[in-house]
Amino acid sequence: MADSFSINNEMSGRRKFLVAATSVAGGVACAGIATPFVKSMMPSERAKAAGAPVEVDISRLEPGMLLMVEWRGRVVWILDRTPEMLATLEKLEPQLSDPGSDKDQQPDYAKNRTRSIKPAILVVEGICTHLGCSPVFRKDIAPQDLGADWLGGFFCPCHGSKFDLAGRVYKSVPAPTNMVVPPHVYLSDNVLLIGAESKESA
Amino acid sequence: MSKQKNSFLEWIDKRFPMTVTWREHLSEYYAPKNFNFWYFFGSLALLVLVNQLITGIFLTMSYKPDASLAFASVEYIMRDVDYGWLIRYMHSTGASMFFVVVYLHMFRGMIYGSYRKPRELLWLIGMAIFFVLMSLAFTGYILPWGQMSYWGAQVIVSMFEAIPFIGETLHNWILGDFMLSDAALNRFFAYHVVTLPVLIVVLVFVHVIALHEVGSNNPDGIEIKENKNPETKIPVDGIPFHPYYTVKDIFGVVGFLIVFCGIIFFAPEMGGYFLEYNNFIPANTLQTPDHIAPVWYFTPYYSMLRAVTVNFLWIDAKLWGVFLMVAGVAVFCFLPWLDRSPVKSIRYKGPIFKFALAMFVISFFVLGWLGTQSPTPLYTLLAQIFSVIYFAFFILMPWYSKIDKTKPEPKRVTK
Repeated sequence: MADSFSINNEMSGRRKFLVAATSVAGGVACAGIATPFVKSMMPSERAKAAGAPVEVDISRLEPGMLLMVEWRGRVVWILDRTPEMLATLEKLEPQLSDPGSDKDQQPDYAKNRTRSIKPAILVVEGICTHLGCSPVFRKDIAPQDLGADWLGGFFCPCHGSKFDLAGRVYKSVPAPTNMVVPPHVYLSDNVLLIGAESKESA
Repeated sequence: MSKQKNSFLEWIDKRFPMTVTWREHLSEYYAPKNFNFWYFFGSLALLVLVNQLITGIFLTMSYKPDASLAFASVEYIMRDVDYGWLIRYMHSTGASMFFVVVYLHMFRGMIYGSYRKPRELLWLIGMAIFFVLMSLAFTGYILPWGQMSYWGAQVIVSMFEAIPFIGETLHNWILGDFMLSDAALNRFFAYHVVTLPVLIVVLVFVHVIALHEVGSNNPDGIEIKENKNPETKIPVDGIPFHPYYTVKDIFGVVGFLIVFCGIIFFAPEMGGYFLEYNNFIPANTLQTPDHIAPVWYFTPYYSMLRAVTVNFLWIDAKLWGVFLMVAGVAVFCFLPWLDRSPVKSIRYKGPIFKFALAMFVISFFVLGWLGTQSPTPLYTLLAQIFSVIYFAFFILMPWYSKIDKTKPEPKRVTK
């Protein structure tokens, strides 16, 4: 009996091949069964469907006022900038990291100094490009905590990133890029559609 | 009677190695006889783990992992569930105390060289436990779905977006949505109550098994196994863990429970350090609180995250910050190979090591304090300076530990 069941510890060529083949087949099977589990964690169909564009009436927006709306669960700011505010944009450019908005953080129609379609009205996602906090609108000029050079803008309380009134990022702050301008379009003078570039594509 | 008991034990022992296990790990596990109070923290960590597991189970009975219900269900536990407040405060205080005892446990390892050969793997398993513990703390902190839960999670999860190429897909995969929402809360609950607790219990078991294989280090940093009684083969400087250290640890437990109960009953929020005030406001996806800071145990690493403000090489400041933060935790893993000193314990190490360790402790506390403050240019500069000191402790160790003037180690353990 012992003879017929004696174990050969030597790895013969055939055994080696069988071990390797079983390992490969097992590995493929593991990858196969892991796929549905990994996939199940991606955004669901329901999450993908939510995210329709939103229509905003801005007729009551006054100069200097910031309006917050929600689109895809993100906060979008609509800011009506006064002429004084607009005048700061050029002055601040030497302090900015991407004053020309060269990085792709906005649709082409917002790639200008004011980063907007209508010069006064800024539409921007109110989310810091560093780690997703929502910056604070600080229109006060030269406050104590932000220094005498501050001409108004957005300050992120989480990590101290600074943005000008067009959502352009300062140099030497943790945030790497300008704030994102979402796709948007004016359906009429006072009605803004956020999240799409025409009524039809919505 | 005793004969009956013995035959019952025999019956068990033939089917399960109960007596053998008891001997190997308790009554005949020989630990060095010179343990001091630093050796309380391992068993205290185990105690807090049990506290977290038990109170956690009872919290899940009333908590609802749903973005629209979570905040109210925590308040329901606090106000309407009998003793719900006690169970929740035991759990929330336990979370902070877990880090207190684990940080002290790790510091013990650092001063007595417990990470050195032959305990490298033991140290690495401990680091794995530390990573899981941090994940547990993070996922648990999200569950009340208050302002700090929401924005804290937002910051941490956004870090994954910094990873080149796959960042955005990975971010969406982690959240199960395009932003932090109900889907994420639901799955973080699953991690917090199933995945991570199972993982930490298994790792703690492995940690203890690894410890009992190599044997405990001691304040003198010498190997008691090198000096065994030739007849009994028992280390001459060893005493059985049970009853000597079980009794000693019970003393530690009593002291710990006095502090623990004091916090639960008199200062469960600990002035905003254990439970942050902003987290008593329900999550608002449209507004970040004016001042956000993580819970105290993450603040040293959080300071490193925001210390980096310059782009360097082709990598931008954001990714460097994330990298530095991860490195701040992971760097402990390399200690066994960074320390080139001929002795293990601080008792026989020279002045350079003592100075370096003091600088490390100071930078850990300063970074921790800075992490609780709003960023100003001065604080950012301080965070940069102390991050450099923190990392210098590790990176320069192979040199300064080698040239340091050490004292000779004794042959036997001392008082």
